[in-house]
This record gives sequence, structure tokens and C-alpha cells, in this order.
Amino acid sequence: MSIIVEQVTRRFTEKGTPAVADVSFQAPAGAITSLLGPSGAGKSTLLRLVAGLEVPDAGRIHIDGVDCTSMPVQQRGVGVVFQSYALFRHMTVRENVAFGLEVRGTPRAETAARVDEMLRLVQLEDLGSRFPGQLSGGQRQRVAFARALAIRPRVLLLDEPFGALDTRVREELREWLHDLHTRTGLTTLLVTHDQQEALEISQHVVVMSEGRVAQAGSPEDVYSRPASPFVASFIGGASVLRGQVRSGRVAMGSLSVDVPAAAREGESVQAFVRPHDIKLVKSPVGAVNGHAATGRVERFKPVGGYVKVLLRLPTGDEVTVEVPRSEFDALGVAEGDAVRADVRSATVFLGDYAI
Amino acid sequence: MHPSTLVLRRRTRTLGGPAVIRWTLIGLALLFLGVFLVVPLVAVFTFAFQKGWEAYAAAISHPEALSAMRLTLTAAAIAVPLNLVFGVAAAWLIARFRFPGRSLLITLIDLPFSVSPVIAGLIFVLMFGRQGWLGPWLAEHDLHVIFAVPGIVLATVFITFPFVAREVLPVMQAQGSDEEEAALTLGASGWRMFWRVTLPKVKWGVIYGVILCNARAMGEFGAVSVVSGHVRGVTTTLPLHAEILYNEYDFVGAFAVASLLTLLALVTLVVKKYVEWRSVAS
Amino acid sequence: MAVSSRRRVLPGFRLSLGFSWFYLGLLVLLPLSGLFLRTFTLTWAQFWETVTSARALAAYQLTFGASLAAALANVVFGLLVAWVLVRYRFPGRDLVEALVDLPFALPTAVAGLTLTTLFSANGWYGRHLEALGLKVAYTSLGVAVALTFIGLPFVVRTVQPVLEDIDVDVEEAAATLGATPWQTFARVLFPGILPALLSGFTLAFARALGEYGSVVFISGNMPLRTEIVPLLIITKLEQYDYAGATAIAVVMLTASFLLLLAVNLLHRWSHRRLEARSGH
Repeated sequence: MSIIVEQVTRRFTEKGTPAVADVSFQAPAGAITSLLGPSGAGKSTLLRLVAGLEVPDAGRIHIDGVDCTSMPVQQRGVGVVFQSYALFRHMTVRENVAFGLEVRGTPRAETAARVDEMLRLVQLEDLGSRFPGQLSGGQRQRVAFARALAIRPRVLLLDEPFGALDTRVREELREWLHDLHTRTGLTTLLVTHDQQEALEISQHVVVMSEGRVAQAGSPEDVYSRPASPFVASFIGGASVLRGQVRSGRVAMGSLSVDVPAAAREGESVQAFVRPHDIKLVKSPVGAVNGHAATGRVERFKPVGGYVKVLLRLPTGDEVTVEVPRSEFDALGVAEGDAVRADVRSATVFLGDYAI
Repeated sequence: MHPSTLVLRRRTRTLGGPAVIRWTLIGLALLFLGVFLVVPLVAVFTFAFQKGWEAYAAAISHPEALSAMRLTLTAAAIAVPLNLVFGVAAAWLIARFRFPGRSLLITLIDLPFSVSPVIAGLIFVLMFGRQGWLGPWLAEHDLHVIFAVPGIVLATVFITFPFVAREVLPVMQAQGSDEEEAALTLGASGWRMFWRVTLPKVKWGVIYGVILCNARAMGEFGAVSVVSGHVRGVTTTLPLHAEILYNEYDFVGAFAVASLLTLLALVTLVVKKYVEWRSVAS
Repeated sequence: MAVSSRRRVLPGFRLSLGFSWFYLGLLVLLPLSGLFLRTFTLTWAQFWETVTSARALAAYQLTFGASLAAALANVVFGLLVAWVLVRYRFPGRDLVEALVDLPFALPTAVAGLTLTTLFSANGWYGRHLEALGLKVAYTSLGVAVALTFIGLPFVVRTVQPVLEDIDVDVEEAAATLGATPWQTFARVLFPGILPALLSGFTLAFARALGEYGSVVFISGNMPLRTEIVPLLIITKLEQYDYAGATAIAVVMLTASFLLLLAVNLLHRWSHRRLEARSGH
């Protein structure tokens, strides 16, 4: 039950840039695939194209091996959970869940049994006679899932399903979705702008930017081996260090890193370093083995279990480092102190890329 | 052109301000509204019952009054359903689609609000009157539109066609199409979606539009006056009947008929308030 | 979301498009084009003579003058009523709130009959006004009174929501900066409600221009003195002077369209001002 999108383009205005431009990707059968990107990247439009709520200007869409590019939305058999939930506000929870079965002409007894089953699945057995207006955000969300799943969809499409909820409920529902997916095994496409959500619950991630696919791969791939400066900066909140190629390496102050083979002498490069890929050492003296930089503590701020330290390097670049609180206390640095930063790993790109 | 009055109001904190100013302003406003709205309202019923209940009963049960009532109800019974269908269709079209000619359509819907009712009557006289485009053809076939019931119905439909569209459109625009799209993904056909999702969603807007449309349909005077010809007991609606009685110095009769129309207005206001309250509640 | 492309997923586009245009075409476009075509049966000289006859000029003067006076009265009283309804709580407020729409709901003929009877020489109001030497019924003042009644809800209902949307914070901020209540109103609140006040004025004015039912009773209908334009059109029709009636109607229609245009420009102007302010 895979979803295959081939060179799909959708533009909303005659001129202007397309919302989705020549996008191709595959969502593997039985997996959760995330469409991840900042707002305006075209993720939701892509989801609506798969659902049949938009018609592509070019390209083809296959669901489960069947070309459904021009198949009406009613016949696609997709379960959609909308960002706003789009519950029918004048119907009770039961009526909402039953709607899709009723319009298919499912016998009454069968519909009732299926609705009961769905309400059990989302743990809302007791709220069947409530109206959406009488439910909390998380409960509405689960009704939306129950309604989408009741029709036994071939694929499940989720548009920012947790976007409108507060942090704690989000985390609970993320767990819940994971369980649900394990039980149903449905091919799922999830639109989100939250990288943590994408990395945590999906097996496959499609990173999007300005209507195009920036990178597609496993969560580990896009996190550890970003294909472009955009992906590197969008995922993981990396600091950027700038420098020039000098005899096959690049020196940024006292830090020097390997550069890609294609680098030419004198070319500008950027290194993306993740906050937890740096280890702080109090004494600036000692081995500068090429994987360390000296800097000054500009300011620091405790954030829950760790401390965010802002370092200023001699080159003028700023680097954010995350240090576990206990480690930070042991370190005993104050603002203005000189420290050494050991860089465990960095991702290097050629050229000057503005974020 | 018509400020939509179905507005969901947010309560604002009231500012204190000096009590003198506050009570002076309240006093002035109440005085003005008393003189212009309350006293005339009381006056209608006082004048109608000037000569007692029997004179009143006689005036409103007079055969000509009864036939005027029938005509008024007939015109409304035709105009309101037609404009209901048009209003919902036009609101769906304008709220959900972009297409060439859309702004022209919006302007045309506002037209009866900006055109004098007399001119509205005139255009139908020019169309169907004895000297009108279709006049000779109609005369040949012994069909009567102007100075007959069809003309009155036509003028009423024209004057009242914006009301439902104008009230349903903002409600539809505010609600968006998410629920409709959800219905489609669940497999509903277009009509199924319309009856089960769209219509229930805009229900209060529709009811609101219908009562405003109905009030205007039953109370319209200018346009109907032009096409009616004032044939007593045949082409007189309630407002026209009141006019005739008034011009014959039958004040009790005129105000008895007027009191019925005033009751209609009061019922309209009450239902309107109720709908506003319900749509805020839901 | 509205779909801008040729391909639309939401159903009912063709059906609603076809039906709407069919309905409007039959009911509005066809008869309206008949009106303009009819004027071509007159030569330009005949047309000009009709629309500039002394009787027509007197009617324009009365209609425009009384409508203007009534719309101005509505601005003053409409603002007062809207202010009181939004800002103060007092006994009977809900009743007042509901009653404001009475002129929309009450058939115009009923308003006409009642106001005429109240303001006539021996009526409830007329009796006392006459003693002061003020004649209202059957004068141009009476026309203005009837038009004020008809136009009242327009200003109230356009200003009210805007007034409700102004945060009390803004006033409190002005007060902390040392502004007196009057300065706060004139410098802070009034500029915000001015566009709404203007569009309420225009709506009331446009409605007054075409009003017939409430005016025809109180005006007395004397040619050259208290005859309004809609009545002049009807008089010409009753004399089977279709071309004359049409010519005057075209003049009035043009005036209405210009007003409609003014309202739209006003809307655009105030929207742009709001957007410029909020920095979009």
C-alpha cells in the first residue's frame, strides 16, 4: 500500500512560484513517512494532492500501485486527519465516526459495531453522544482519527495532527499514534514542521523547502548526513562556522576540519556543528589537535536539564553549546571566561549559503 | 450595501467616565429613540384601537383586507423559497470558488439595496407593461403581468433576492471548507455533502436571511405600488391596502392593517434576536 | 480555501454558477438593460429637457437636500446610540439593542402613515410643534424626518462593531499619557471610527435617495415644492409618459451607482489604512 508521487507540480497562480514543484518521493508500505519542512514549504498542498483535494498541474500519483491522479477524492479510500480536525460540529461523536460508513450504505448494525470498535480504539467509548464543541483538543483529535480509520482507508494522511495542542498532550498523542500505527500497520503520511516529531515517530522523512524535496531518507540519514545546508540548519539547530579552504583543510580560528574532495583552494566553506557535538573544556591551553576551537563565554542560560552556552570564537562566529547541567556545574565557568571547545563532528558544505 | 447585522459580538469592558456625561448621553439616546421608535410603535396600536376592538376586528376581517392578506402571503410564499435557493447557491459559488465575473456577481447581488424600489417597479413595467417590450405579445395572448398578481410577485422577488445570499455568504466564508473536504474524503457525494454538512453548518445564517427576506417581501411598498395598479381586492397587498384606506380617511382601518404589519416587524425582530443568540451559543 | 485553478475538487461549481447567472440574468440584467434601451427612444434634446425641467430640478433638490440632512442627522444620533449601546450598561439596554433594527423590519408604508399622523397639525407631536410655529407634515422638513427614521440603523450598525473592536487598552494608554476624556475621544477613538461613520453615512444617504413608502405620505406631494424624485417617476408612469419616467430613473440610477462606487472606494481606502497601520 505504498504511495508514489512522481514529478508532481501544483501552482495556485498563473505566474508566481508553484506551491509544489516537480516533487517525487515514495512513502513505503506500512511505514510512517513524514513530510517535514518550514511553513510555506508545500507540505500540506502535497498531502492534499495525495488525498485528491487538489488536482496536480503535472505529474502522477499512485496509491497501492494504482494510478489515482484523476480519481475523485471519494473513491481514493484515504483517511485524512485535518489540521483543524474538521469534525462535523452539528453531529455527535458517534455520528461523526459513522458518517463515512453511512455514505457507503453500510448496514446499520455493521456501522454501529464498527463505530464501537473505533471508539474503543481511541479510548472514547463514553463520549459517543457528545458534540465536538464539548470535547478537549486531544479528544477531538482522537475523534478525527476514529472517523478517518472507520472507513478502513488504504492509507492514512495526517496534516499537522498535533499542531494545535499543547506540549504535554502532543507528547502523549505522539506515543499513542506510535502504538496505533504498530497495531494497524497502515501506510501513513504525516505533515509536520516539528523535526522532533518527524524524527521520533517516522521511519522515513521527506524534508521539503520552497515546494521541492530537499532530502528524503531515514531519520538517521537526514539528521546525521544532511544533503544540503538547508537540511543541516533546519534539523538539529546547528551553529554555522565560516572559513576558507587552505591546503585541503579549512581553518576556522584554531579549529580545522576536513573538507570535501571537490573543494578548491581558497573556496568559502561552512561547517554546521550541533550543540551537543561540542565538549567544553575549561582550560584553553593544551592540545589544539585540530578538532578544537578556543572561545570566550558570551553568556549562558540554564534550560531545564542542560545549560545553553553561547561561545564567541576569535573569528567572530557564534557557537551554541548544550552542556548537561551537572557537567556545567563541574566546569565552573563564568561569563567572559576563555574555554576550549572540542568538536566531535561537523558537517561541511562548500559555498556561501545564507540561511 | 446592507450592513449585515448577524455579527457575533464580543463584550467589551465598559468604561466608567464621569457619571454626568454618561447619564446625559444615555438620556439623549433614549429620548431620541423614544421619539423616533417607541412612540410611533405605540401610536400604531393606539390609532388602530381608537374606536374599540370591534371596529378593529371589522377592519381586519373585511373581505378586501382578507384578500390583501392572501396576496401578501402568496407573494412571500413564492419569493422567499426562490430567493432561498438562489441565496444558498450564490453564497456557495462566491464563498468557495474564484472565477471570472465573480465581483460583477457580488455587485449585482447588492443592486436592490442601492436601487430605488420605484425604479425596480419601473423596469418591470417597461418589460411587461402595455407599452413594454413584451406588452403587445402579452396582450395578444390575454396574459396580464403588470397590474396583476404576477407583476407583484416579480417585483417582490426582485426587491428581496439579496437577503439570503447576503446573510449566508459571510457565514460560509467564516467557516471555511474543511468539513466539506472531510466529508468528501470519507466518500460522500456532492449532494450528500451539501445536505449533511454544508446546510446544517450555515443553518442559522439561512434562517436569519429567510426572516429578513420574508419581512421585506411582506412589507414592500414602492416597487409593488408601481406594478399593482391598485385594483381593490385583487392587486392590493397589505401595505397598499393600508394606503388606500388612509387616503379615504379611514384611519382606524388603515392603522388596523398597519398594526398587522407592525406585529410582523416585531416578530421578525424577536426571531432575529433569538437567531443571534443561538448562533452565538453554538 | 478557494480553488483558483481550472480544476475544482469541491462539487457544485457549474450548477451554482449556471443557476446564479440564469436567475440574475432573467430577473435583473434583462429588465435593467430594457431600462437603458428605453432612454434611446428619446433624442438627446428631449432627454435633457425632461431631466432638467423645473419640476424635475425641484424634485432633485428636495430629494438630495432632505437625504443629505437626514444622513447627517443619522451620523450624529447614530454615533450617539452606538456609543451608548457599546459603552454603557443601563436598564432596557437589550430592548434598545433589538429596537434599533425596527426601521429595517417595519414596512415603510407603516412608518409613513404613523409619522404623518404623529406630525400632522393635530397629531401627538404636530400639535406642540405647531404651537411653536414649526410645521413638519407636508413640508420638506417632514421628508427629512421620515428619511431620518429610515436611515437610523445604517450608522448604528456600521459603527457599533468597530467601536466594540477598539480595545479599552488604547483609551487607558491615552489616559496614562495625560489625555483628557475629550482629547482621547477626538484624537484616539474618532479617527478609528471615521471610516465606519462615513460608510454608514453613505449607506443612509443612498437609501434615502430612493426611499418612497415612508416619504410619500408625509411629503404632501405638491409639484415644485414637496415632490420627491421617486414620486415624480410614478406620476409620469401614471400619465403613460414611459420615456419621461425612464429618463428621470436613469438620472437617479446614475447617482446611486456613483454612491455605490464611493462606498467601495471608501472601503478600499480604510482597509489599506488599517493594513498600513498594522504593518502588513
